[in-house]
Amino acid sequence: MAGVGTEGGAISLAPSTGRSDAGRWQDNPTLLRVLSVVLFAGIWQIAGMIPVSFAFPTFVDTFTAFLGMIADGSLPKAYLSTLQPLILGVVLSTFLGVGVGTLCGLWRTGEWLFIPIFIVLQAAPVAAFIPMVTFIYGIGMTAKTLAVMILALPVIVLNTYKAVRNVNVSLIAMCQSFLGTRWQVVSRIILPDASPVIFAGLRLGVAAGFVGVVLAELLITPTGIGDLITFHRSRANYAAMYATIASIIALSTLTLVALEWVETRMFRPEKRGA
Amino acid sequence: MRNATLRKGPTLMPEPVDAIVEVRGVSKSYGNVEALRGIDLDFPRGKLTSLLGPSGCGKTTLLKIIAGLVNADAGTISVNGRTVSKPGPERAFVFQDFALLPWATVLRNVAFGLELRGKAAAEREKIARHYIGEVGLAGFEDKYPHELSGGMRQRVGLARALSVDADVLLLDEPFSAVDEQNRRKFQEDLIRLRTTQNKTFIFVTHSIEEAVYISDRIVLLSPRPGRISQIIEPEIDRSVDPDRIHRDKHYLDTVEEIWQGLKQYVD
Repeated sequence: MAGVGTEGGAISLAPSTGRSDAGRWQDNPTLLRVLSVVLFAGIWQIAGMIPVSFAFPTFVDTFTAFLGMIADGSLPKAYLSTLQPLILGVVLSTFLGVGVGTLCGLWRTGEWLFIPIFIVLQAAPVAAFIPMVTFIYGIGMTAKTLAVMILALPVIVLNTYKAVRNVNVSLIAMCQSFLGTRWQVVSRIILPDASPVIFAGLRLGVAAGFVGVVLAELLITPTGIGDLITFHRSRANYAAMYATIASIIALSTLTLVALEWVETRMFRPEKRGA
Repeated sequence: MRNATLRKGPTLMPEPVDAIVEVRGVSKSYGNVEALRGIDLDFPRGKLTSLLGPSGCGKTTLLKIIAGLVNADAGTISVNGRTVSKPGPERAFVFQDFALLPWATVLRNVAFGLELRGKAAAEREKIARHYIGEVGLAGFEDKYPHELSGGMRQRVGLARALSVDADVLLLDEPFSAVDEQNRRKFQEDLIRLRTTQNKTFIFVTHSIEEAVYISDRIVLLSPRPGRISQIIEPEIDRSVDPDRIHRDKHYLDTVEEIWQGLKQYVD
């Protein structure tokens, strides 16, 4: 029955998306998004000009500092150092997390063995583990990758596990009645049906991975983006500091948007038009 | 109309000439609830048999046991003379809630049974397109289920079951989630499909009218525990205009008789 319910929901949502052909500016999503960014930049500019605080630069100063850091190579160099553990940690967390989560969803013993660990990890203020990780693994790539994974993995595992657990049983019965093997039930029913919730977990996990890498660089290994933030703060170069922070936020957002694109493209084509 | 029940006990049912599905001594309990007790039943080849009864009579459970989706506590099911306990290629199921893949087009949904069997894409899509036409959905091949009405979704479910070329089609209240107008149209189409497809249909329903309208044989089940109370063979000529069946005297009499029989179980 769950399946029918969601399909009914999709139908009732349809008219609101079909409204966009009215052509009014309120209904133009691209225009509204641009407007949202412009509005934000404008408020930032005004707040900087008042000024709210002597340590709060205007939007234009920040943007100029951003271009300056690209020109002098300090920002690209910092990203080169930050992105390696970040990408490695996120990719490892994705595969490991979806794998472990699926296994726990399908296999009772696995659920009891692993799920409590991840529930504790998710509840714990894991940033407190980061100095411990440094203590064991030093200040290199391993420590940073681990910091990313400690933050990203629990939410990915738990979302995948819940998604797999709540798969539409009617679809599983259908697959079995048409002689689907166990592997076909997993690959053609469970994973696609669970993919929206798995991807919700991935989005949270990737965002947490960004937190992990920046935390690691601020707290322990003075390299990369974290180091650049600390460096400019210590020299009271606030425009450059804000530019660095804004750039990592922008990168994180773009990554999440890309992830959503991959989801609708590869796993849920029926949502593409919606 | 012929009343085929000659017995209340476990013996003496007139052996049909050719039974494709044989149910012998099937019982099933869910915890303390006895869903089915000692069911013996034959389903004649090429006929449409309905399992009819009030809710709680175990009709869907019996259908799922025949499908191999639920295991019986006791008793056996044989199809074409071979005992079965799991789903098999000779049976195909049509689900009450349609059970369509929301992320797949009509074409892929209809071809899904063949996809699971490893048939090549070109071949299975050719077969799927044929049955999409048969159930009246030509032109909707590239739509997704959420773009279809309830009636159309169930047509997809029916086309999927037809395209695996099973001998027996098992339909679990296929029209209960379909609105009344579509249901009437669908019932007419089912009568037409029966003449062209040469399959055995086992049909679960709680609608007396629906059962009498489409069935060669109706098995009435009584609830708590589910047992066979009566077997009825409505002798209605379905070659005439479908709308005339609804006004046929045999049709109306049979509906009335079944209602009198079931009344006592309605609470």
